[in-house]
Amino acid sequence: MGDLVREVDVAVIGGGPGGYAAAFRCADLGLEAVVVDAGKRLGGACLFEGCIPSKALLHVAAVLGEAERAKEFGVDFGEPRISLDPLRKWKSERVVGKLARGLASVARGKSVEVVGGRAVFEDSRGVRVEGDEPQKIRFKHAIVATGSSPSPLFGVELSGDRLMDSTAALEIPDVPERLLVIGGGYIGLELGQVYAALGSAVTLVEMTDGLLPGVDRDLVQPLARRCEKAFAAIHLSTRISDLRAAGDGVQVRIGADSATFDRVLVAVGRRPQTAGLGLEVTRARLTDRGFIEVDERGRTADPHVWAVGDVTGEPMLAHRALRQGKVVAEAIAGRPAAFDNVVVPAVVFTDPEVAWCGVTEDQASAAGRAIKVAKFPWAASGRAATLGRADGLTKLIVDPPTGRVLGVGIVGPGAGELIAEGALAVETAMLAEDLALTIHAHPTLSETLMEAAETLLREEGKPR
Amino acid sequence: MARDFVLPDLGEGLTEAEIRQVLVREGEVVREDAPLLEVETDKATVEIPSPMGGRVEKIHVRPGQTVKVGQVLVSFGDGAAAPGKQAADTLAPARKLAPEGPAVVADSGRPRQAAPAQTAAPARREGPVPATPSTRRLARELGVDLRLVNGSGPGGRVTDNDVRAATGAATTAPSSAPSPTSPSGRAPAASPPAVAKPLARVGVEPPPLPRFEQWGPIERQPLSHLRRTIAERMTLSATLIPHVTHFDRADITDLDALIRRKLEAGKARGVTLTLTSFLLKAVALSLGEHPHFNASLDPAAGELIVKRYVHLGVAVATERGLIVPVIRDVDQKPLLELQRELGALAQRVRDGKATLEDLRGGTFTVTNIGALGGTGAIPIINYPEVAILGVARGREEPVVRDGAIVPRLLLPVSLTFDHRVADGADGARFASAIVRRLEHPDELLLGL
Repeated sequence: MGDLVREVDVAVIGGGPGGYAAAFRCADLGLEAVVVDAGKRLGGACLFEGCIPSKALLHVAAVLGEAERAKEFGVDFGEPRISLDPLRKWKSERVVGKLARGLASVARGKSVEVVGGRAVFEDSRGVRVEGDEPQKIRFKHAIVATGSSPSPLFGVELSGDRLMDSTAALEIPDVPERLLVIGGGYIGLELGQVYAALGSAVTLVEMTDGLLPGVDRDLVQPLARRCEKAFAAIHLSTRISDLRAAGDGVQVRIGADSATFDRVLVAVGRRPQTAGLGLEVTRARLTDRGFIEVDERGRTADPHVWAVGDVTGEPMLAHRALRQGKVVAEAIAGRPAAFDNVVVPAVVFTDPEVAWCGVTEDQASAAGRAIKVAKFPWAASGRAATLGRADGLTKLIVDPPTGRVLGVGIVGPGAGELIAEGALAVETAMLAEDLALTIHAHPTLSETLMEAAETLLREEGKPR
Repeated sequence: MARDFVLPDLGEGLTEAEIRQVLVREGEVVREDAPLLEVETDKATVEIPSPMGGRVEKIHVRPGQTVKVGQVLVSFGDGAAAPGKQAADTLAPARKLAPEGPAVVADSGRPRQAAPAQTAAPARREGPVPATPSTRRLARELGVDLRLVNGSGPGGRVTDNDVRAATGAATTAPSSAPSPTSPSGRAPAASPPAVAKPLARVGVEPPPLPRFEQWGPIERQPLSHLRRTIAERMTLSATLIPHVTHFDRADITDLDALIRRKLEAGKARGVTLTLTSFLLKAVALSLGEHPHFNASLDPAAGELIVKRYVHLGVAVATERGLIVPVIRDVDQKPLLELQRELGALAQRVRDGKATLEDLRGGTFTVTNIGALGGTGAIPIINYPEVAILGVARGREEPVVRDGAIVPRLLLPVSLTFDHRVADGADGARFASAIVRRLEHPDELLLGL
């Protein structure tokens, strides 16, 4: 065959955050790296169908919410008129497009080439690229960074555009009058709030007995209360069945009742994309959930094959992939790198935001681990009062004998930014006392971290 | 409920050890800290103390056996006084082997407090060690297992200094070329039982050996653990490092006279002055002027790691083979103290009592084969150091001075160094600096 065969140091499969972070760091370390991406672009699900577009839309929702609430203090903007075309254009060109062009230009600057197509392993040292730019790439090392995709709803055969996954929902095909959201995790809640703000009557169904399963209940409560007001209905401990097309809409059984919706958003999680990669010809191994097994440097059981990001397991978060990408690049370059991070902060960008890092209260009690918990309700925060948002909460999880901060949980507007201090505290093994004795600007929400730490010192009778 | 005691992580990339002696019997009740086993690693023979008190239910190893880190050595039966609910954690490190053990000298030169034994050591839980990400990276770069390091920071946090104190450049026995301790006639029977195992290979694949039986009877004798280690390290160094040697001779007539003059005064203070301590001092002071000989090459990073401390290794011949104990901060110690430390250390090594800490952290090695004769030797560099000084026996020789032939005492020295790091001219200058100090003991004593 007259296939083009090229030889590179590192072939990166997938252009998402894990992939481009790895490729860029490889280039910085003097290794020639090529990225193979099905869309021939850098940014991945995060930029094109995840983090970034959803946050753009949530910003719109926040503006709508603030405008509505402004009536409380005597400012009335009138009823908002929403035009979807300019909204979509803003999201895809001014936000996503701008960032995508930025990444492409960084890649050019670092001489990282992006090849369009799907890579399939031929052996441990080479892939075949199928699609737009067919070729063969021989490499010294390959980094699998193919990410994840929305899980489909098990047992549902219904097709057609009435049934959306998160990727489709972010395109805002229209603002359905009645929207059913299946799944009370972060994706369902974020997009549910977007559509509710745009005017949809949102019904949310969650299989377990609470929203955001796995997150401490006291952090979820303020969000749950707000959703109860903003959504038409929330059904917990409920399964849906009998999903079928009914005219322009979808008829569905929720528990024992039947209801009709204009659109249905399926947000029941994400699953790793490892099928079709041809990994079986390498020595890399998969777990029974389809994740690629890697060691702390990100290497699979095959010495030439590495993996980063969602394909390597939970939590499937872009910032974890970014760090992993850098670690793997350094490890390939022979540096003593390891993904030894203690915390991967998690943020739900709803209103209010929920953010946590490190050990949670639930995890500690499940593991039988002794902890101390310090809480500071935002009702006592001056800054929260000026924002008219006293429903937040900041809490610290502390190791009793040493006073080290093991975990931080925050709910309230801006929690996603505030959690950075918590992540720093846990990652650097800081003491609660250090937080208490650091001056935090007044009046800010960041003071709540200091205040929470002070309650601990007070209990211990320490000077503060 | 039996509890297993496994071979703890020995640090420094050591992954296995050879059991030399089992010091307890099954059924015996031992105190916490009572000697349990004697093991020989690449670096030292050490006693492993019992991590707890209790009855020894089963001993899983026998002398001569090689065990890996994590392998079960001894099981304790019921009634073992459980040290609280952290039992599993306190079992892990055998303190004597833990890098934070006594006898560590921090890089500042300040004697580091001996880890207040087992009691105060923070119980290590599973999970992350409290340390900042940059400290964890430093530990990885230095090859330190953070789990074995006691944190001196707030809340038990491990600091950069804790990590540095727990490290030491990998040292094992280097060798002046022909090992003076194993003349061909000696039967190796005196050494403990050893198990034959292939050497770890470095680079070149050795071709198969001929069948020597065709020319006469042969006998196959397994190498001891130490012999094997020496062989592996020497192969590594000789294969990896382009060696170059510079020869010189130092006129030590005055130095020798000084030593003889002060011998009695030294004895009165309990030390016997030897040439070696002056040699060490001369080397340490010269290294201060030529720091790139007090270094290690990091070929992967393309960097020379220059050490801001001078810990000198001294090759000591023992019955088991050559061992290189390390004397720390030689540049900062007065000569008498140096001499006293040298004597005690050499004795510990000959008695097989040296600790791991005695044997690592060296930055440069000196080997003195003077006592055994010869006119010179080209030693192999003690990897990953970059140079080694060899001295042979000093001899009176006729020297022309001011037109007259006079008898002078000349000491042959050879400086062997890594040609990747330094060139011939650098070596000549460094060797001259050492020779100058040996020839002018007054300057040496003044620390010039």
